[in-house]
Amino acid sequence: MINTMECAVDAQSLISISLMKIHNSRTQRGGIKLHKNLLVSYVLRNARQVYIKEKYAEIYRMQQYEEVMTVCNEIQELNPLELDAEDTEDEELARAACCREDIQGGSIRDPEPAYYRSCCMETALAPPCDPVNISTHCNKTTVLDLDTHVVTTVDNGYIHQDCYCDALQCAQSAQSPAKKRKMDFGYSSCDLEEVQDFTTSRKRVKREDCVYSCPDYTDTSNISNLISIFGSGFSGLLSRQAELEQICGKQALAGLGAWTRAIVAF
Amino acid sequence: MAEADDENSGMEWCFSQVKGAIDDEVAEADIISTVEFNCTGDLLATGDKGGRIVIFQQEPESKNQPQCRGEYNVYSTFQSHEPEFDYLKSLEIEEKINKIRWLPQKNAAHYLLSTNDKTIKLWKISERDKRPEGYNLKEEDGRYKDFTTIDSLQVPVFKPMDLMVEASPRRVFANAHTYHINSISVNSDNETYLSADDLRINLWHQEITDQSFNIVDIKPANMEDLTEVITAAEFHPNQCQTLLYSSSKGIIRLCDLRAAALCDQHVKLFEEPEDPNSRSFFSEIISSIADVKFSHNGRYIMTRDYLSVKIWDINMETRPIETYQVNEYLRSKLCSLYENDCIFDKFECCWSGDDSVVMTGSYNNFFRMFDRGCRHDVTLEASREHCKPQSVLKPRRVTTGGKRKKDEISVDSLDFNRKILHTAWHPLDNIIAVATTNNLFIFQDKLNQQLTN
Repeated sequence: MINTMECAVDAQSLISISLMKIHNSRTQRGGIKLHKNLLVSYVLRNARQVYIKEKYAEIYRMQQYEEVMTVCNEIQELNPLELDAEDTEDEELARAACCREDIQGGSIRDPEPAYYRSCCMETALAPPCDPVNISTHCNKTTVLDLDTHVVTTVDNGYIHQDCYCDALQCAQSAQSPAKKRKMDFGYSSCDLEEVQDFTTSRKRVKREDCVYSCPDYTDTSNISNLISIFGSGFSGLLSRQAELEQICGKQALAGLGAWTRAIVAF
Repeated sequence: MAEADDENSGMEWCFSQVKGAIDDEVAEADIISTVEFNCTGDLLATGDKGGRIVIFQQEPESKNQPQCRGEYNVYSTFQSHEPEFDYLKSLEIEEKINKIRWLPQKNAAHYLLSTNDKTIKLWKISERDKRPEGYNLKEEDGRYKDFTTIDSLQVPVFKPMDLMVEASPRRVFANAHTYHINSISVNSDNETYLSADDLRINLWHQEITDQSFNIVDIKPANMEDLTEVITAAEFHPNQCQTLLYSSSKGIIRLCDLRAAALCDQHVKLFEEPEDPNSRSFFSEIISSIADVKFSHNGRYIMTRDYLSVKIWDINMETRPIETYQVNEYLRSKLCSLYENDCIFDKFECCWSGDDSVVMTGSYNNFFRMFDRGCRHDVTLEASREHCKPQSVLKPRRVTTGGKRKKDEISVDSLDFNRKILHTAWHPLDNIIAVATTNNLFIFQDKLNQQLTN
């Protein structure tokens, strides 16, 4: 198991850094350094493993929360008590929280990563949310829970500009709770505890700026482009005509978001 | 290994000489890329990124002071490799000298092998201190005489001249490596040598340039299945059939040329199991072996990875017999070192002449010595600030804690742009050559230094 405690940079950052190194190596003098790129690929693999593990843990938590909310709604339907407008809004925001560690109560918190916020916030912003409309924006992904061996279907949203911007407007109105939410989030909490590295604070600020200020799609699109380079493995590194479709099935990739596409590509 | 009481360590080292430019701005071509003593230690060769080789020669001992070690002065300078361009692959081939290896001396001339990423060259360095004079058909300046003026015959004679050192390429071993050459090693049979790149090791005869034998090939059928590369290779100092190579996975393989034509199957495999509790994002990087060296007696193997030096007994494959932490304080900095690429630095290591001490470089122009016998270690610095002639080097300490004692340096204050990657130890004496970025420092042990005073 990879110990992430010693590293203040999270898995996503490491993936970005590693892909940039591989990309830069193609233009450096003397040709591609096979040894160095092999080592970078190992870091990429390790970061990917951690990232996938955390993502599935997130999905599992989200699934659990949705199930609990569904049960709560069913209970409320049976309960003749009326809800006022304010409570309704709180409830929809609660639905919008994709990632929660504490489902037993506490303040309403926005989901931490914009990736998930885009999908769920869309539900909150369109009260008469039609499941059919959702399906046109969000694709479904089947997930196998390794603990319970239950197969569930999870709504996964890709990074859609409209959804994200709408989510951003809502996020700006609740920045403080969201930031606090970030502090509690699983893998990033271990980053915050690690203060030995002098780049910790710089990296953390950069992440927050990235999420809560103008979103930088360049990073996402660049990473997707870099994945197309790495997707064909070392033969792709040595060849200038690496094509993603040669390695990754088009069908498997079409239904996923940019980040998950990045992971599946490996 | 516990930090040593430096004042009681076996050796004290004194500054002797420093070679190279004093300017703070370092030209990339002047960056030293390899350092190597010859078999007797009287010649010291350096290679740089500009493809040049500079050879220093130790002055002979003075008759007045027979125990005084001579200084090293420039003996020869020549351009070994030039930048090339592979038109087929549209790749530039760097002229940087990766390795220099001296051949055992057979006659008055000296021979060395030098290599860049793709081509190995055999150089002859010879002296000329006489020149023929009295030609019948040529003037002294080389112009041909008017034949009609020749009315007598004379025998040309050799007359003394100022010493001139000539370097001439005698052999060029090219087009045998697809990947970047990282090692060359001369065999003890004095006839063959090996060259190793990331995936293959070739065996050459010193006289034959148009063919070589491939003895190790770890290239997978599908490059996407690639999991490790060769990082260094060396022949056994005494057994001409034995060679070893290290890998990026931290594995050392010993091969016997008598077993098969292709030595893909190792005779021995040296690997230390990884501690699962210490696994991190960068475990593979820090376990990659940067350098491997046989001891002079051939009984031990030394490996250098990013944080430590390990000594292996050639007869025990399961674990090293000694492990020395070079810069364990960097373990918490691996993320930063990965970002700035320092984690990919390849530090070399070397044995003392009697195999009792090992030495390797580190950051901030520090280098470390580990005395295997008395289990002492010391950290020294190669710096022009402490280069008074015969001044004793003061041991340095790196601290990770908040409180810093006098003369200690905090790990956060280390300069990662100043690093010592290449070191060499005189084969017969306690003289060391330490290469900083573009300077070469020569130090001597204090005991012998006192004899010179």
